[in-house]
Amino acid sequence: MAEFEEGTARVKRGLAEMLRGGVVMDVVNAEQAKVAEDAGAVAVMALERVPADIRRDGGVARMSDPALIEEIQAAVTVPVMAKVRIGHFGEAQLLEVLEVDYIDESEVLTPADEEYHIDKWGFKVPFVCGATNLGEALRRISEGAALIRSKGEAGTGNVVEAVRHLRSITADLRAIASASPEELFGWAKRLSAPYELVAEINRNGGHLPVPLFCAGGIATPADAALVMQLGAEANFVGSGIFKSGDPAKRARAIVEATAHFNDPERVLAVSRNLGEPMVGIEMSTLEQHLAERGW
Amino acid sequence: MAIGVVAVQGDFAEHAAVLEGAGFSPKLVRGYRDLFGVDGLVLPGGESTTQAKLIDSAGLRSPLEGLIREGMPVLGTCAGLIMLSRTIIGGRPDQWSFDFLDVEVLRNGFGRQVRSFEAELPVAGLLGAMHAVFIRAPVIVAAGEGVDVLAEVAYKFVDGTTRVLPVVVQRNNVLAAAFHPELVGDSRLHVLAFGAPAEKLI
Repeated sequence: MAEFEEGTARVKRGLAEMLRGGVVMDVVNAEQAKVAEDAGAVAVMALERVPADIRRDGGVARMSDPALIEEIQAAVTVPVMAKVRIGHFGEAQLLEVLEVDYIDESEVLTPADEEYHIDKWGFKVPFVCGATNLGEALRRISEGAALIRSKGEAGTGNVVEAVRHLRSITADLRAIASASPEELFGWAKRLSAPYELVAEINRNGGHLPVPLFCAGGIATPADAALVMQLGAEANFVGSGIFKSGDPAKRARAIVEATAHFNDPERVLAVSRNLGEPMVGIEMSTLEQHLAERGW
Repeated sequence: MAIGVVAVQGDFAEHAAVLEGAGFSPKLVRGYRDLFGVDGLVLPGGESTTQAKLIDSAGLRSPLEGLIREGMPVLGTCAGLIMLSRTIIGGRPDQWSFDFLDVEVLRNGFGRQVRSFEAELPVAGLLGAMHAVFIRAPVIVAAGEGVDVLAEVAYKFVDGTTRVLPVVVQRNNVLAAAFHPELVGDSRLHVLAFGAPAEKLI
Protein backbone atom coordinates (compact mmCIF):
# COMPACT_ATOMS: atom_id res chain seq x y z
CA MET A 1 0.00 0.00 0.00
CA ALA A 2 0.98 3.61 -0.45
CA GLU A 3 3.61 5.34 1.65
CA PHE A 4 2.20 8.12 3.82
CA GLU A 5 4.32 11.18 4.46
CA GLU A 6 3.30 13.59 7.22
CA GLY A 7 4.74 16.98 8.17
CA THR A 8 6.12 17.75 4.69
CA ALA A 9 6.67 21.28 3.41
CA ARG A 10 3.83 20.58 0.93
CA VAL A 11 1.22 19.84 3.61
CA LYS A 12 2.46 22.68 5.81
CA ARG A 13 2.13 25.26 3.05
CA GLY A 14 -1.04 23.50 1.92
CA LEU A 15 -2.95 24.47 5.06
CA ALA A 16 -1.94 28.12 4.57
CA GLU A 17 -3.17 27.88 0.98
CA MET A 18 -6.55 26.61 2.25
CA LEU A 19 -6.87 29.67 4.53
CA ARG A 20 -6.53 32.10 1.61
CA GLY A 21 -9.19 34.76 1.34
CA GLY A 22 -10.10 34.20 4.97
CA VAL A 23 -9.71 35.85 8.37
CA VAL A 24 -7.80 34.37 11.31
CA MET A 25 -9.07 35.89 14.55
CA ASP A 26 -7.36 36.32 17.92
CA VAL A 27 -9.47 34.84 20.72
CA VAL A 28 -8.81 34.60 24.45
CA ASN A 29 -11.47 32.06 25.49
CA ALA A 30 -13.91 29.47 24.15
CA GLU A 31 -16.75 31.97 24.04
CA GLN A 32 -14.83 34.34 21.76
CA ALA A 33 -13.69 31.37 19.65
CA LYS A 34 -17.34 30.51 19.03
CA VAL A 35 -18.17 34.11 18.11
CA ALA A 36 -15.25 34.02 15.64
CA GLU A 37 -16.35 30.74 14.09
CA ASP A 38 -19.97 31.94 13.90
CA ALA A 39 -18.75 34.98 11.99
CA GLY A 40 -16.94 32.79 9.45
CA ALA A 41 -13.32 32.89 10.68
CA VAL A 42 -11.14 30.37 8.77
CA ALA A 43 -9.09 29.78 11.92
CA VAL A 44 -8.61 31.18 15.41
CA MET A 45 -5.46 32.21 17.25
CA ALA A 46 -5.66 31.14 20.89
CA LEU A 47 -3.96 33.53 23.28
CA GLU A 48 -4.31 34.79 26.86
CA ARG A 49 -4.43 38.47 26.08
CA VAL A 50 -4.97 40.28 22.81
CA PRO A 51 -2.03 42.47 21.75
CA ALA A 52 -3.74 45.68 22.91
CA ASP A 53 -3.87 44.28 26.46
CA ILE A 54 -0.31 42.93 26.30
CA ARG A 55 0.77 46.43 25.33
CA ARG A 56 -1.22 47.98 28.19
CA ASP A 57 -0.23 45.48 30.90
CA GLY A 58 3.48 45.23 30.06
CA GLY A 59 5.59 42.51 31.67
CA VAL A 60 6.72 39.29 29.98
CA ALA A 61 4.20 37.86 27.54
CA ARG A 62 4.47 34.08 27.14
CA MET A 63 2.76 31.11 25.49
CA SER A 64 -0.84 30.68 26.68
CA ASP A 65 -1.90 28.20 29.35
CA PRO A 66 -2.28 24.81 27.59
CA ALA A 67 -5.66 24.34 29.30
CA LEU A 68 -6.93 27.49 27.59
CA ILE A 69 -5.71 26.25 24.21
CA GLU A 70 -7.39 22.87 24.77
CA GLU A 71 -10.62 24.59 25.77
CA ILE A 72 -10.57 26.57 22.52
CA GLN A 73 -9.69 23.45 20.48
CA ALA A 74 -12.73 21.75 21.97
CA ALA A 75 -15.01 24.71 21.22
CA VAL A 76 -14.47 25.08 17.47
CA THR A 77 -14.07 22.95 14.33
CA VAL A 78 -11.83 25.38 12.42
CA PRO A 79 -8.01 25.22 12.75
CA VAL A 80 -6.57 26.51 16.03
CA MET A 81 -3.26 28.39 16.06
CA ALA A 82 -1.24 29.52 19.06
CA LYS A 83 1.76 31.76 19.69
CA VAL A 84 5.23 31.06 21.05
CA ARG A 85 7.98 33.51 21.92
CA ILE A 86 10.66 34.11 19.27
CA GLY A 87 13.31 31.40 19.68
CA HIS A 88 11.37 29.46 22.35
CA PHE A 89 11.40 25.95 20.89
CA GLY A 90 10.46 24.61 24.33
CA GLU A 91 7.06 26.28 24.07
CA ALA A 92 6.75 25.10 20.46
CA GLN A 93 7.35 21.48 21.54
CA LEU A 94 4.38 21.76 23.91
CA LEU A 95 2.14 23.17 21.19
CA GLU A 96 3.15 20.29 18.91
CA VAL A 97 2.06 17.77 21.55
CA LEU A 98 -1.22 19.70 21.86
CA GLU A 99 -1.55 19.33 18.06
CA VAL A 100 -2.30 22.96 17.38
CA ASP A 101 -2.70 23.44 13.64
CA TYR A 102 -0.24 26.34 13.23
CA ILE A 103 2.40 27.84 15.54
CA ASP A 104 2.97 31.59 15.36
CA GLU A 105 6.55 32.46 16.38
CA SER A 106 5.44 35.92 17.33
CA GLU A 107 6.97 39.29 18.12
CA VAL A 108 3.80 40.05 20.10
CA LEU A 109 5.20 37.86 22.89
CA THR A 110 8.46 38.71 24.66
CA PRO A 111 11.41 37.18 22.72
CA ALA A 112 13.17 34.27 24.42
CA ASP A 113 16.30 34.27 22.27
CA GLU A 114 18.02 37.41 21.04
CA GLU A 115 20.15 35.61 18.46
CA TYR A 116 18.21 32.71 16.94
CA HIS A 117 14.70 32.02 15.77
CA ILE A 118 13.36 28.46 16.08
CA ASP A 119 14.63 25.81 13.64
CA LYS A 120 11.17 25.17 12.26
CA TRP A 121 12.14 22.31 9.95
CA GLY A 122 12.32 20.08 13.02
CA PHE A 123 8.55 20.29 13.66
CA LYS A 124 5.59 18.53 12.06
CA VAL A 125 3.30 21.43 12.93
CA PRO A 126 3.70 24.31 10.46
CA PHE A 127 4.92 27.75 11.55
CA VAL A 128 3.86 31.26 10.63
CA CYS A 129 6.30 34.12 11.24
CA GLY A 130 6.05 37.88 10.97
CA ALA A 131 8.19 40.01 8.67
CA THR A 132 8.68 43.72 8.07
CA ASN A 133 10.53 43.28 4.77
CA LEU A 134 11.41 40.63 2.19
CA GLY A 135 14.83 39.79 3.68
CA GLU A 136 13.24 38.99 7.03
CA ALA A 137 10.54 36.91 5.29
CA LEU A 138 13.12 34.87 3.37
CA ARG A 139 15.23 34.25 6.48
CA ARG A 140 12.13 32.88 8.24
CA ILE A 141 11.28 30.71 5.21
CA SER A 142 14.84 29.35 5.17
CA GLU A 143 14.34 28.40 8.83
CA GLY A 144 11.20 26.48 7.83
CA ALA A 145 8.28 28.93 8.11
CA ALA A 146 5.39 27.76 5.89
CA LEU A 147 3.51 31.07 6.01
CA ILE A 148 4.61 34.71 6.31
CA ARG A 149 2.52 37.55 7.70
CA SER A 150 3.35 41.22 7.82
CA LYS A 151 4.15 42.22 11.38
CA GLY A 152 2.35 45.51 11.25
CA GLU A 153 2.17 47.03 14.72
CA ALA A 154 -0.01 44.71 16.77
CA GLY A 155 -2.49 46.06 19.27
CA THR A 156 -2.61 49.58 17.85
CA GLY A 157 -5.65 49.45 15.57
CA ASN A 158 -3.45 51.44 13.19
CA VAL A 159 -2.90 49.82 9.80
CA VAL A 160 -0.05 52.09 8.70
CA GLU A 161 2.78 49.71 9.65
CA ALA A 162 1.14 46.69 7.96
CA VAL A 163 0.80 48.77 4.81
CA ARG A 164 4.48 49.75 5.01
CA HIS A 165 5.56 46.11 5.43
CA LEU A 166 3.33 44.77 2.64
CA ARG A 167 4.42 47.49 0.23
CA SER A 168 8.07 46.86 1.02
CA ILE A 169 7.74 43.08 0.50
CA THR A 170 5.71 43.26 -2.72
CA ALA A 171 7.89 46.02 -4.26
CA ASP A 172 11.00 43.88 -3.76
CA LEU A 173 9.20 40.79 -5.13
CA ARG A 174 8.36 42.71 -8.31
CA ALA A 175 11.91 44.01 -8.66
CA ILE A 176 13.38 40.52 -8.23
CA ALA A 177 10.99 39.13 -10.85
CA SER A 178 12.58 41.37 -13.46
CA ALA A 179 16.17 41.23 -12.18
CA SER A 180 19.02 39.88 -14.33
CA PRO A 181 20.91 36.73 -13.23
CA GLU A 182 23.87 38.72 -11.84
CA GLU A 183 21.54 41.11 -10.03
CA LEU A 184 20.03 38.17 -8.14
CA PHE A 185 23.33 37.74 -6.27
CA GLY A 186 23.18 41.41 -5.34
CA TRP A 187 19.61 40.96 -4.08
CA ALA A 188 20.63 37.99 -1.93
CA LYS A 189 23.42 40.05 -0.42
CA ARG A 190 21.28 43.14 0.13
CA LEU A 191 18.43 41.15 1.71
CA SER A 192 20.78 38.93 3.78
CA ALA A 193 18.75 36.03 2.41
CA PRO A 194 19.61 32.71 0.74
CA TYR A 195 20.36 33.05 -2.97
CA GLU A 196 18.22 29.96 -3.77
CA LEU A 197 15.07 31.64 -2.44
CA VAL A 198 15.82 34.85 -4.36
CA ALA A 199 16.34 32.78 -7.54
CA GLU A 200 13.06 30.93 -6.88
CA ILE A 201 11.18 34.27 -6.72
CA ASN A 202 12.79 35.27 -10.02
CA ARG A 203 11.74 31.98 -11.63
CA ASN A 204 8.16 32.00 -10.36
CA GLY A 205 7.41 35.51 -11.57
CA GLY A 206 7.67 37.43 -8.30
CA HIS A 207 5.84 35.35 -5.72
CA LEU A 208 6.92 34.60 -2.18
CA PRO A 209 7.66 30.84 -1.96
CA VAL A 210 4.94 30.55 0.75
CA PRO A 211 1.64 32.44 1.17
CA LEU A 212 1.75 36.03 2.42
CA PHE A 213 -0.91 37.17 4.89
CA CYS A 214 -1.43 40.52 6.61
CA ALA A 215 -1.37 41.12 10.36
CA GLY A 216 -1.08 44.07 12.69
CA GLY A 217 -3.54 46.91 12.99
CA ILE A 218 -6.59 45.86 10.95
CA ALA A 219 -9.67 47.42 12.61
CA THR A 220 -12.27 48.00 9.87
CA PRO A 221 -13.64 46.23 6.76
CA ALA A 222 -11.98 48.90 4.63
CA ASP A 223 -8.62 48.14 6.31
CA ALA A 224 -9.08 44.47 5.38
CA ALA A 225 -9.94 45.33 1.76
CA LEU A 226 -6.97 47.72 1.54
CA VAL A 227 -4.32 45.20 2.58
CA MET A 228 -5.81 42.48 0.37
CA GLN A 229 -5.49 44.83 -2.60
CA LEU A 230 -1.89 45.49 -1.59
CA GLY A 231 -1.09 41.80 -2.01
CA ALA A 232 -2.08 40.06 1.23
CA GLU A 233 -3.76 36.68 0.62
CA ALA A 234 -5.64 36.56 3.94
CA ASN A 235 -5.88 38.57 7.16
CA PHE A 236 -5.01 38.07 10.80
CA VAL A 237 -7.14 40.30 13.02
CA GLY A 238 -6.21 40.64 16.67
CA SER A 239 -7.44 43.34 18.97
CA GLY A 240 -9.50 44.92 16.16
CA ILE A 241 -12.47 42.62 16.72
CA PHE A 242 -12.83 41.89 20.40
CA LYS A 243 -11.74 45.40 21.46
CA SER A 244 -14.55 46.92 19.39
CA GLY A 245 -18.13 47.79 20.37
CA ASP A 246 -19.88 44.91 18.57
CA PRO A 247 -17.36 42.09 17.99
CA ALA A 248 -19.77 39.61 16.31
CA LYS A 249 -20.97 42.14 13.75
CA ARG A 250 -17.51 43.56 13.07
CA ALA A 251 -16.03 40.06 12.72
CA ARG A 252 -18.66 39.13 10.14
CA ALA A 253 -18.07 42.39 8.26
CA ILE A 254 -14.29 41.88 8.11
CA VAL A 255 -14.85 38.32 6.80
CA GLU A 256 -17.05 39.67 4.00
CA ALA A 257 -14.65 42.52 3.19
CA THR A 258 -11.68 40.14 3.01
CA ALA A 259 -13.53 37.80 0.63
CA HIS A 260 -14.85 40.62 -1.58
CA PHE A 261 -11.93 43.02 -1.22
CA ASN A 262 -12.16 44.09 -4.87
CA ASP A 263 -15.82 45.05 -4.63
CA PRO A 264 -16.20 48.42 -2.83
CA GLU A 265 -20.02 48.18 -2.94
CA ARG A 266 -19.91 44.95 -0.95
CA VAL A 267 -17.38 46.38 1.49
CA LEU A 268 -19.57 49.48 1.91
CA ALA A 269 -22.66 47.35 2.53
CA VAL A 270 -21.02 45.63 5.52
CA SER A 271 -19.37 48.79 6.87
CA ARG A 272 -22.56 50.52 8.05
CA ASN A 273 -23.48 50.72 11.74
CA LEU A 274 -20.69 48.54 13.10
CA GLY A 275 -20.55 50.44 16.38
CA GLU A 276 -17.36 51.71 17.94
CA PRO A 277 -14.09 50.50 16.40
CA MET A 278 -11.19 49.86 18.78
CA VAL A 279 -9.47 53.04 19.87
CA GLY A 280 -6.32 53.31 17.79
CA ILE A 281 -2.85 54.50 18.74
CA GLU A 282 -0.86 56.93 16.63
CA MET A 283 2.66 55.62 15.88
CA SER A 284 4.59 58.66 17.16
CA THR A 285 3.02 58.23 20.61
CA LEU A 286 3.99 54.56 20.85
CA GLU A 287 6.49 53.60 23.56
CA GLN A 288 7.20 50.08 22.36
CA HIS A 289 7.47 48.96 18.72
CA LEU A 290 6.77 45.22 18.67
CA ALA A 291 7.75 44.95 14.99
CA GLU A 292 11.37 45.64 15.96
CA ARG A 293 11.52 42.30 17.74
CA GLY A 294 13.11 39.57 15.61
CA TRP A 295 15.50 40.21 12.74
CA MET B 1 -14.98 25.60 -22.25
CA ALA B 2 -15.71 28.01 -19.39
CA ILE B 3 -15.43 26.56 -15.89
CA GLY B 4 -16.71 28.60 -12.96
CA VAL B 5 -14.52 28.32 -9.87
CA VAL B 6 -16.39 29.35 -6.73
CA ALA B 7 -14.03 32.00 -5.35
CA VAL B 8 -15.34 33.15 -1.99
CA GLN B 9 -12.54 31.53 0.04
CA GLY B 10 -9.86 28.85 -0.29
CA ASP B 11 -7.48 27.65 -3.00
CA PHE B 12 -9.56 28.79 -5.99
CA ALA B 13 -6.48 30.37 -7.61
CA GLU B 14 -4.76 26.97 -7.80
CA HIS B 15 -7.84 25.45 -9.45
CA ALA B 16 -7.95 28.31 -11.95
CA ALA B 17 -4.26 27.81 -12.78
CA VAL B 18 -4.71 24.05 -13.27
CA LEU B 19 -7.78 24.60 -15.48
CA GLU B 20 -5.95 27.17 -17.57
CA GLY B 21 -2.97 24.86 -17.99
CA ALA B 22 -5.28 22.11 -19.25
CA GLY B 23 -6.89 24.38 -21.85
CA PHE B 24 -10.11 25.34 -20.04
CA SER B 25 -11.20 28.94 -19.48
CA PRO B 26 -11.54 29.39 -15.71
CA LYS B 27 -13.90 32.07 -14.41
CA LEU B 28 -13.85 33.14 -10.76
CA VAL B 29 -17.37 33.10 -9.31
CA ARG B 30 -18.10 35.62 -6.53
CA GLY B 31 -21.70 36.48 -7.36
CA TYR B 32 -24.52 34.97 -9.42
CA ARG B 33 -23.72 37.19 -12.43
CA ASP B 34 -20.41 35.36 -12.77
CA LEU B 35 -22.33 32.15 -13.50
CA PHE B 36 -23.60 33.22 -16.92
CA GLY B 37 -22.01 31.24 -19.73
CA VAL B 38 -20.35 28.74 -17.43
CA ASP B 39 -20.24 25.07 -18.58
CA GLY B 40 -18.89 23.47 -15.42
CA LEU B 41 -18.21 24.24 -11.76
CA VAL B 42 -15.39 23.76 -9.28
CA LEU B 43 -15.93 23.87 -5.53
CA PRO B 44 -12.40 24.41 -4.21
CA GLY B 45 -10.58 23.47 -1.03
CA GLY B 46 -10.68 25.80 1.95
CA GLU B 47 -12.62 26.05 5.20
CA SER B 48 -16.08 24.59 4.60
CA THR B 49 -17.76 26.47 7.47
CA THR B 50 -16.50 29.80 6.10
CA GLN B 51 -17.33 28.90 2.50
CA ALA B 52 -20.89 27.91 3.43
CA LYS B 53 -21.49 31.33 5.02
CA LEU B 54 -19.91 33.26 2.15
CA ILE B 55 -21.74 31.28 -0.55
CA ASP B 56 -24.96 32.09 1.25
CA SER B 57 -24.25 35.78 1.74
CA ALA B 58 -23.06 36.17 -1.87
CA GLY B 59 -26.48 34.92 -3.04
CA LEU B 60 -24.85 31.92 -4.70
CA ARG B 61 -26.51 29.09 -2.83
CA SER B 62 -29.66 28.62 -4.90
CA PRO B 63 -28.11 29.48 -8.30
CA LEU B 64 -25.38 26.87 -7.73
CA GLU B 65 -27.92 24.38 -6.44
CA GLY B 66 -30.04 24.92 -9.56
CA LEU B 67 -27.15 24.46 -11.98
CA ILE B 68 -25.86 21.30 -10.34
CA ARG B 69 -29.37 19.86 -10.10
CA GLU B 70 -29.86 20.50 -13.82
CA GLY B 71 -26.81 18.34 -14.46
CA MET B 72 -23.94 20.79 -14.84
CA PRO B 73 -20.64 18.92 -14.28
CA VAL B 74 -19.01 19.78 -10.96
CA LEU B 75 -15.72 18.91 -9.31
CA GLY B 76 -15.27 19.37 -5.55
CA THR B 77 -12.02 18.94 -3.63
CA CYS B 78 -11.78 18.63 0.16
CA ALA B 79 -14.09 21.42 1.40
CA GLY B 80 -15.81 21.09 -1.99
CA LEU B 81 -16.49 17.41 -1.24
CA ILE B 82 -17.99 18.44 2.11
CA MET B 83 -20.21 21.03 0.39
CA LEU B 84 -21.52 18.38 -2.02
CA SER B 85 -22.20 15.66 0.57
CA ARG B 86 -25.53 14.44 1.88
CA THR B 87 -24.46 14.36 5.54
CA ILE B 88 -21.70 16.19 7.41
CA ILE B 89 -20.45 14.80 10.70
CA GLY B 90 -18.37 17.01 13.01
CA GLY B 91 -19.54 20.20 11.38
CA ARG B 92 -21.20 23.18 12.92
CA PRO B 93 -24.84 22.62 13.92
CA ASP B 94 -25.97 25.19 11.34
CA GLN B 95 -23.71 23.91 8.55
CA TRP B 96 -25.54 23.20 5.31
CA SER B 97 -24.47 21.32 2.19
CA PHE B 98 -25.76 20.99 -1.36
CA ASP B 99 -26.68 17.34 -0.74
CA PHE B 100 -25.94 16.02 -4.26
CA LEU B 101 -23.63 13.20 -3.38
CA ASP B 102 -24.98 10.33 -1.32
CA VAL B 103 -22.01 10.19 1.06
CA GLU B 104 -21.52 10.83 4.74
CA VAL B 105 -18.34 12.76 5.52
CA LEU B 106 -16.50 13.28 8.80
CA ARG B 107 -14.75 16.67 8.82
CA ASN B 108 -11.03 16.51 9.63
CA GLY B 109 -11.55 12.74 9.84
CA PHE B 110 -7.84 11.91 9.71
CA GLY B 111 -7.10 14.28 12.60
CA ARG B 112 -5.64 17.74 13.02
CA GLN B 113 -2.95 19.32 10.82
CA VAL B 114 -0.14 17.07 12.17
CA ARG B 115 -2.00 14.19 10.49
CA SER B 116 -2.13 15.91 7.08
CA PHE B 117 -0.26 13.68 4.61
CA GLU B 118 0.84 12.96 1.05
CA ALA B 119 0.50 9.63 -0.75
CA GLU B 120 0.65 8.13 -4.25
CA LEU B 121 -2.77 6.75 -5.19
CA PRO B 122 -4.07 4.85 -8.20
CA VAL B 123 -7.36 6.28 -9.50
CA ALA B 124 -9.75 4.21 -11.64
CA GLY B 125 -9.74 5.46 -15.22
CA LEU B 126 -6.40 7.31 -14.93
CA LEU B 127 -3.04 6.08 -16.17
CA GLY B 128 -0.41 6.45 -13.50
CA ALA B 129 -0.92 7.25 -9.84
CA MET B 130 -2.02 10.64 -8.52
CA HIS B 131 0.10 12.44 -5.99
CA ALA B 132 -2.57 13.06 -3.36
CA VAL B 133 -2.14 15.85 -0.79
CA PHE B 134 -4.56 15.54 2.14
CA ILE B 135 -4.90 18.68 4.30
CA ARG B 136 -7.05 18.23 7.42
CA ALA B 137 -9.08 16.18 5.00
CA PRO B 138 -12.61 14.84 5.41
CA VAL B 139 -13.15 11.08 5.65
CA ILE B 140 -15.97 9.50 3.66
CA VAL B 141 -17.41 7.18 6.28
CA ALA B 142 -20.30 5.87 4.15
CA ALA B 143 -21.18 5.98 0.46
CA GLY B 144 -24.60 5.18 -1.01
CA GLU B 145 -25.23 2.44 -3.55
CA GLY B 146 -25.24 4.64 -6.63
CA VAL B 147 -21.89 6.24 -5.78
CA ASP B 148 -18.84 4.99 -7.70
CA VAL B 149 -15.61 4.85 -5.74
CA LEU B 150 -12.70 5.75 -8.05
CA ALA B 151 -9.92 5.69 -5.46
CA GLU B 152 -9.41 4.42 -1.94
CA VAL B 153 -6.79 4.73 0.71
CA ALA B 154 -5.86 2.12 3.33
CA TYR B 155 -5.20 4.44 6.24
CA LYS B 156 -3.71 3.48 9.57
CA PHE B 157 -5.27 5.66 12.27
CA VAL B 158 -3.42 6.81 15.39
CA ASP B 159 -5.29 4.20 17.44
CA GLY B 160 -3.66 1.46 15.32
CA THR B 161 -6.71 0.43 13.28
CA THR B 162 -6.45 0.39 9.49
CA ARG B 163 -9.49 1.21 7.38
CA VAL B 164 -9.96 1.31 3.62
CA LEU B 165 -11.65 4.61 2.82
CA PRO B 166 -13.03 6.04 -0.43
CA VAL B 167 -11.21 9.26 -1.40
CA VAL B 168 -12.45 9.91 -4.95
CA VAL B 169 -16.17 9.41 -5.60
CA GLN B 170 -18.49 10.07 -8.51
CA ARG B 171 -22.15 10.05 -9.21
CA ASN B 172 -23.64 11.30 -12.47
CA ASN B 173 -22.36 14.85 -13.03
CA VAL B 174 -20.67 15.14 -9.63
CA LEU B 175 -17.02 14.20 -8.99
CA ALA B 176 -15.34 14.80 -5.65
CA ALA B 177 -11.98 14.12 -4.00
CA ALA B 178 -10.92 14.30 -0.36
CA PHE B 179 -7.46 15.54 -1.44
CA HIS B 180 -6.06 18.40 -3.54
CA PRO B 181 -4.88 17.58 -7.09
CA GLU B 182 -4.81 21.34 -7.72
CA LEU B 183 -1.93 21.78 -5.25
CA VAL B 184 0.39 19.65 -7.40
CA GLY B 185 -0.84 20.95 -10.77
CA ASP B 186 -2.58 17.70 -11.75
CA SER B 187 -5.53 18.40 -14.06
CA ARG B 188 -6.67 14.83 -14.66
CA LEU B 189 -9.68 14.94 -12.33
CA HIS B 190 -10.71 18.23 -13.95
CA VAL B 191 -10.58 16.55 -17.37
CA LEU B 192 -12.48 13.57 -15.96
CA ALA B 193 -15.19 15.90 -14.63
CA PHE B 194 -15.49 18.25 -17.61
CA GLY B 195 -14.21 16.24 -20.58
CA ALA B 196 -11.32 17.36 -22.75
CA PRO B 197 -11.50 21.09 -23.47
CA ALA B 198 -12.32 22.03 -27.06
CA GLU B 199 -8.89 23.54 -27.69
CA LYS B 200 -7.28 20.17 -27.09
CA LEU B 201 -9.40 18.50 -29.76
CA ILE B 202 -8.27 20.81 -32.55
